[in-house]
Amino acid sequence: MAAASYCIRRKPSVGRLGRHILRNVRLISRLDIKAPNLIKGIRLEGLRVVGDPKEFATRYYGQGVDEIIYMDIVASLYGRNSLGDLLSRTAADVFVPITVGGGIRTSEDVRIMLRAGADKVAINTGAVGNPALITEIAERFGSQCMVLSVEAKQTGPGTWEAYTDNGRERTGLDVVDWIRRGCELGAGEVLLTAVDREGTRTGFDVDLLKAVSSAVSVPIIASGGMGSTQHMMTALDNSGVDAIAMADVLHYNRLTLAQIRAAAADGGYEVRQILDEASK
Amino acid sequence: MTVHIVDYGVGNLYSIVRAIEASGGAPVLATDPSLLRTADRVILPGVGAFEPCARQLRESGMWEAIVDFARTGRPFLGICVGMQLLFDASLEFGHHEGLGLIPGQVVPIPPQDELGLRKVPHIGWRPLDNAKGGTPWEGSLLTGLVPRLSSAYFVHSYNCAPEQRAHRLADVDYRGYAICAAVKRDNITGFQCHPEKSGPVGLKIMRNFLAT
Repeated sequence: MAAASYCIRRKPSVGRLGRHILRNVRLISRLDIKAPNLIKGIRLEGLRVVGDPKEFATRYYGQGVDEIIYMDIVASLYGRNSLGDLLSRTAADVFVPITVGGGIRTSEDVRIMLRAGADKVAINTGAVGNPALITEIAERFGSQCMVLSVEAKQTGPGTWEAYTDNGRERTGLDVVDWIRRGCELGAGEVLLTAVDREGTRTGFDVDLLKAVSSAVSVPIIASGGMGSTQHMMTALDNSGVDAIAMADVLHYNRLTLAQIRAAAADGGYEVRQILDEASK
Repeated sequence: MTVHIVDYGVGNLYSIVRAIEASGGAPVLATDPSLLRTADRVILPGVGAFEPCARQLRESGMWEAIVDFARTGRPFLGICVGMQLLFDASLEFGHHEGLGLIPGQVVPIPPQDELGLRKVPHIGWRPLDNAKGGTPWEGSLLTGLVPRLSSAYFVHSYNCAPEQRAHRLADVDYRGYAICAAVKRDNITGFQCHPEKSGPVGLKIMRNFLAT
């Protein structure tokens, strides 16, 4: 795909007839699971049990979250994704898109996850080891369900290396090159995690977000580092990301979805209309 | 309130089943085309690319059964590629024939204009709005919802272009480009977005469908 050029600006664009055109942002809650628990880590290690994932997902759904991501963080240990049951139980009453990741290696794994209630699959290790898998999934199920999950660690100014197995294994791949290739192969979306920021609440790696969003034209979900709404605004205003994945700030109740949504709207972005907020 | 869901091997049927149940309905997965003959209501799902869905629809024997059902005047709902299939043809990866129930074609979303980039696939929650010259919401599956305050979830790369304005039920604006979010022609309704993934707004659409 051709490189993207963006109108990255804080104010909405003005289109024909003077209508303001807002850039849309999705607010996604990311739940890292070590079945049966929702856990939280710092820099993708040092895990702490937070609670029951379905309970949290249901609560976020009630608060108007746009999407849910379930990551099985011990899938590589067991050689498979164990979230099928959680997926079905969640999809039973949570009517927003659900993405599942962790240990997905074959298109048969994908079929099972989609059948269990997932709308999208996030693949990292499986794609690095077998890039043709991306194309296979995109062709069989559609690129809209094929999310390329990338864990990025900075190696120098303006360069990042892709990691697998929850930030433990180096791949030797340059993040921007790998993502470009993954999108050419058929990935419909990118989940981009800054390993060094994860759980720190010190803000997103905006240079990383900018580098990747300038290189490809598929939607990008930024993950890792959100501690305040200002972090989110800085990321949105200075890169072309389309969605913000949040874990720590939501799981530990530091911010509510309503607050985060209001901040994005006030900052000039289009967010999901939530009926009870609209009636205020 | 029974709803037959066309099960032709495509789509996340589980969520549609659950959305119907949550809305008070009784979903039935129909793999046998003859089941549609006596169905009260039919939903046609679809995800991925147009042509594989169309092919599977033909191979399953559902193609003719759907056209026949649409003629009965009973409520019919197409979702996502299920809406695109209602049209005469899609230009996705070639030129592929659709059911021809609503005149028009399915075309690529233009990726760039003077305002910048439109990312494809178009993914996100967008507020449904009236379509200019289109069908009013009152009396449709959008009854009870408020234009511009009812967001639904979209994920697609192609856009329906109905020949007749009157068949447009709802639009969403995608950086200055009008996405056809919903269509209605008599008993046939289509949604480009996913009601089964659109939270309370989507469940309201499902409840309206069950009430027709």
